[in-house]
Amino acid sequence: MTNQQLNSGNPSVDIEYRRRKSAEEMRYQVVSFSLMIFLTLIAFASVAIKGFTSWFTVPFILLLAAVQVVFQLFYFMHMSHKGHEAPQLFLFSGVFVAILTVLTFVTIVWW
Amino acid sequence: MQAEEKMTYEKWPAAPEKSTLEAKNKFLGFWLFLGGETTLFASLFATYLALKDKVPSADAALAKDLFDLPLTFVATMLLLTSSLTSVYAMYHMKNFAFKKMMVWLGLTVLLGLGFLGTEVYEFSHYVHTYKHTFTSSAFGSAFYTLVGFHGAHVAFGLCWILSLMIRNSKRGLSLYNAPKFYVASLYWHFIDVVWVFIFTVVYLMGMVG
Repeated sequence: MTNQQLNSGNPSVDIEYRRRKSAEEMRYQVVSFSLMIFLTLIAFASVAIKGFTSWFTVPFILLLAAVQVVFQLFYFMHMSHKGHEAPQLFLFSGVFVAILTVLTFVTIVWW
Repeated sequence: MQAEEKMTYEKWPAAPEKSTLEAKNKFLGFWLFLGGETTLFASLFATYLALKDKVPSADAALAKDLFDLPLTFVATMLLLTSSLTSVYAMYHMKNFAFKKMMVWLGLTVLLGLGFLGTEVYEFSHYVHTYKHTFTSSAFGSAFYTLVGFHGAHVAFGLCWILSLMIRNSKRGLSLYNAPKFYVASLYWHFIDVVWVFIFTVVYLMGMVG
């Protein structure tokens, strides 16, 4: 979804095109926001409704959180756009270290 | 393109946040910083998970006694919505609509203040009703460090966005300040990303037991 090479040679045509492009992108943003709110509601509901075991609820809400964060990163923070190779490298390295750290602390360090 | 150049609607580039060398460097450096922040919060999350409900006596409050679903829900909605309003602000920035961008940034700041308000209320409630303090237990230390660190990030983000708004209020948009607004909005989204894990791992999982 890049708008790098959109030169038709006519500035007003370019601007019109770009405006429509970003209006379209903004609609996707609102859709992903609605999905994020929806996922949040499900997560809160699954905790509020008694009757699920924690063996179901905990992995389920963790999965919802992961999906929601993907929406944030790729849509709100534009990581789906071109030119985000270095940001992806930095962030995924961070996530890798993060997972290792959490895994270590909950399995080895304090038992 | 030159950062000092006087901008018009026609001249405004498609990616104003990355069209000067300074902007490109800022963009790259900021994402490196966010990678580092991820590991910082990971260590706090890991500590919290390891020390959750580690209290010295049987009458000390545990996670499931403390947390309150409605309050967490309100805080979550405030912060999630503020993420959307900052997306709107960047949408108007790309369309060279300075006033509209400022209005949406203002809304973002207000929602962020609302979030901080709920957090201050929540912490004082824990301290006064449950005697759950920073020094009362390992659980308390880990909890306040993790959630408080996030709250401090929110407060810092608010100061950042507010000072950008005040400093640039009479300047209008330029290629000099567009990357600054963009990077601040990235920071704001990152705060939201961290909160998604806090409300899931700390509050929801705390209430499940």
